[in-house]
Amino acid sequence: MADNLSQPFSKSAMTEEEKVQFQREKKQQVVAFVLMIFLTLLAFLAVAADFLPVMFVIPFILLLALVQFVLQMFYFMHLKDNDHGWANAFIWSGVFIAIPTIAALMLLLGITKY
Amino acid sequence: MANAVDHSKGLPSHPEKATLEAKNKFLGFWFFLGGETVLFATFFGTFLGLRSGVADGPTSQDVFALPLAFIMTMLLLTSSLTSVLAMFAMKKNNFRGLMIWMWITVLLGLGFLGLEIYEFYEYVHHYGLGFTTSAFASSFYTLVGLHGAHVVFGLSWIITLLIRYRNSGITLTNAPKFYVASLYWHFIDVVWVFIFTVVYLLGVVGG
Repeated sequence: MADNLSQPFSKSAMTEEEKVQFQREKKQQVVAFVLMIFLTLLAFLAVAADFLPVMFVIPFILLLALVQFVLQMFYFMHLKDNDHGWANAFIWSGVFIAIPTIAALMLLLGITKY
Repeated sequence: MANAVDHSKGLPSHPEKATLEAKNKFLGFWFFLGGETVLFATFFGTFLGLRSGVADGPTSQDVFALPLAFIMTMLLLTSSLTSVLAMFAMKKNNFRGLMIWMWITVLLGLGFLGLEIYEFYEYVHHYGLGFTTSAFASSFYTLVGLHGAHVVFGLSWIITLLIRYRNSGITLTNAPKFYVASLYWHFIDVVWVFIFTVVYLLGVVGG
């Protein structure tokens, strides 16, 4: 059997239903992007504004970063899709190990401020 | 047998996952991203531990400028969107769209890289913040430099794909490759979100 995997297609096999679904998903991605830009603006403004107390700004921008992380992972990288069980398992295992790693290094290197 | 595709039906709506090899690539790549997360965690942890050790050199508040970090963030975030749009074009068998969006992604990435090089140059030559000036400088250049190296690698990867498949059309061989490269690009963007928050914003706040 000849290998014809490297042959391009003349048309798409997408059904009308799938096309509608794609269009909806595309809209979702653009909304996610606008949200990301908004969150970034918010984070920069919170830091640029002198009147906000530091003790509020630090947790606030860390929270914004977490929300952006979830938006990127779930929408742009499709983690929310049904067939992404193993992808979820892998990346969350990584995050699960990453958090104590960061905490341990910060403590070992002598920072106990937060 | 397994390699034979019926082309008369058209491109499957998920060409990036249509073959077994593509599925394996996808799984392996997420496994790799899990590992990358831990790798970056070690660099972040080191930076957070050492960032107040400035010795006699400049502090983060002396060198960091919000507008530059903001422009870099915007470039990288936008490039993440363009690579998503490229993937939509790919699934619809729109080869031209895939190529154009990917090239825009590359251009935005190059813009980001140029600003980062400019930034490092400024720090070294105008602020005297060399790699060995202080613990803060070493951990900063190592963390942000590692991210920059990822950007260089991602750009080379995407450019290689764009040149290699410049007029091949979308096939079941190259669709998974473009898809995985775009996942990598998103991951770079995710890491940058934490860099601009933890390194630049917290550095400016001085918390």
